[in-house]
Amino acid sequence: MTRPASKGAWFDPIFEGLCFGAATLLLVALAGVVVSLTIGGWPALSHFGLSFFTSTTWNPVTEVYGAAGPIVGTLVTSALALLIALPVALGVSIFLVEFCPKQLSRPIAVAVELLAGIPSIVYGMWGLFVLAPFFAEHIQLPLMMNAPAGSIWETLFYGVPNGANIFTASLILAIMILPYMAAVFRELFLTVPPQVRESAYGIGCTPLEVITSVVLPYVRGGAIGVVMLGLGRALGETMAVTFIIGNAHGLPKSLFDSGSTLASTIANEFTEATGEMHTAALTALGLVLFVITFGVLAIARLLLLRQRYD
Amino acid sequence: MFKTIAVALGAAVLAGGAVQAADLSGAGATFPAPVYAKWAETYKAQTGVGLNYQAIGSGGGIKQITAKTVDFGASDKPLKPEQLNQAGLYQFPTVIGGVVPIMNVPGIQPGQIRLTGELLGDIYLGKVAKWNDARIVNLNKGVKLPNLPITVVHRSDGSGTSFLFTSYLAMKNPEWQSKVGASDSVQWPTGLGGKGNDGVSAFVKQTVGSIGYVEYAYAKQNRETYALVQNKAGQFPAPTAADFAAAAAGADWTKAPGNYLLLLDQPGAKSWPITGATFILVYKEQSNAAAGQGVLKFFDWAYKNGDAAAGALDYVPLPAQVKTLIRKQWAANIKSGGKPVYVSK
Repeated sequence: MTRPASKGAWFDPIFEGLCFGAATLLLVALAGVVVSLTIGGWPALSHFGLSFFTSTTWNPVTEVYGAAGPIVGTLVTSALALLIALPVALGVSIFLVEFCPKQLSRPIAVAVELLAGIPSIVYGMWGLFVLAPFFAEHIQLPLMMNAPAGSIWETLFYGVPNGANIFTASLILAIMILPYMAAVFRELFLTVPPQVRESAYGIGCTPLEVITSVVLPYVRGGAIGVVMLGLGRALGETMAVTFIIGNAHGLPKSLFDSGSTLASTIANEFTEATGEMHTAALTALGLVLFVITFGVLAIARLLLLRQRYD
Repeated sequence: MFKTIAVALGAAVLAGGAVQAADLSGAGATFPAPVYAKWAETYKAQTGVGLNYQAIGSGGGIKQITAKTVDFGASDKPLKPEQLNQAGLYQFPTVIGGVVPIMNVPGIQPGQIRLTGELLGDIYLGKVAKWNDARIVNLNKGVKLPNLPITVVHRSDGSGTSFLFTSYLAMKNPEWQSKVGASDSVQWPTGLGGKGNDGVSAFVKQTVGSIGYVEYAYAKQNRETYALVQNKAGQFPAPTAADFAAAAAGADWTKAPGNYLLLLDQPGAKSWPITGATFILVYKEQSNAAAGQGVLKFFDWAYKNGDAAAGALDYVPLPAQVKTLIRKQWAANIKSGGKPVYVSK
């Protein structure tokens, strides 16, 4: 016996077609980005070869370009941002799910979402005019002046004491990715079935034990996804970083040295780039950023897949 | 009833279409964008012809005019005569601006410190690293200079301001010329980069012992602590509109093929040494005579009526003799089918 045909069934193929079209469009756009970045950046990549990735020279006058500085700057700031944001994001979401009184949970969740909605230029301005001077006066200078001479700390804390450096850029990035990560972590923790959590409490587990032995292992795969999402956003963030990283093209020599990222270099120089090689080098930076971001997402997918088979 | 509405709509569409067709389009430099916008507003009120100017940066402006998507391009950096000839372009200046060194040293007032171009170059090379360096002290007898490291601040974004500043350093300091060179973004030997004039100014204000450079209008409006720079005549003029105009008047535009002139280190006791004009790029051979005529008409109008608006926004208008010269060049250079598209009356 077959089900009687629904009145709306005639629309199904069209609906399917529209969905297929949307998915295809996305793929075509993605492919278009890769192709145009490759074509645009090819003159620089073919001219400089491997040295484009290993050289720290970025000289628009002599048209010699090497992206090692921005590549390292991007990776270091993103990793640092993640290192700072991850524990805080976990703390926020665990508090919201496990400890927070019902009346407070909603306002905090909304505040976290509001934080996610602040445009990055606002973070940049705040970083430049508020965070940087405060950081320079109350953290960087005391650290620099109290570092024992000749120790690793002296090298690590060396820099111009005005708060525009790799570390403050990472701090801003951490604040920017924090709300995303906290919000998704919260959703993840809510997916843990109440029975599982309650039975853990029932056999006498402390809240810490419930979190570390039951909740976190349960959402491990998803949690890796959240981390990668945060990392992906940190890698590509442009405006806020441009304001506060100090914009020096070389390799950063310390935590408080100025540096640059792939995205900030493009933002800084693209509008006024007149030379063909300059434009090509900047486009190649875009391609490198795309590849790095794509790599991060691919690793995330891989980890999630493995998790599913466990 | 319907008919009236239809007629009214039709008339509106026609009128709109006519205005649209005559509207001018331009793209490029961000530095003169405020004054172009002000001129365009008044011009539209008087003539009905609008201007759509996209401030996308000089590099973008050059790309857009080369792709012929706009009626004119705008650049803070003049193109070299051979670049102009290759593309079939002609350039002319509109307003003047300049670069002013700013600093943050405790106890130092605006205009109290005197520097030379060569010394400024050595500071930006990192060779002169303390404020009480003998070379700075010798130029500033009677000023108490602290034993403070100099922090160099430069623009992080490519800009006409950096182009002018590095061109000046390259001109006055041979080591800068050979090691760094001049461009709208260079490989800075030392220091940190702020985005835009406000970024540089913020870093200078926040860093004791720093030196930076900003565009004149920005320095004036924000009352920055500026330093004086020695000019060709050996004098130390103040960064005022009159001294930028003096540099433009002192320059010999007739001997600059393609109007490639940077106004750096010009003769004259009052000439501010780091001065430059911003430029408009148009095709010598106009395929659309009406559009070419519209552009020149607009800038001729601005030459005649725009000085007050420019001055109010802290741009320096071109001296009268330069305007006269440019008007003559228009008639001789910009043609359509062998005939000049516009002759100024």
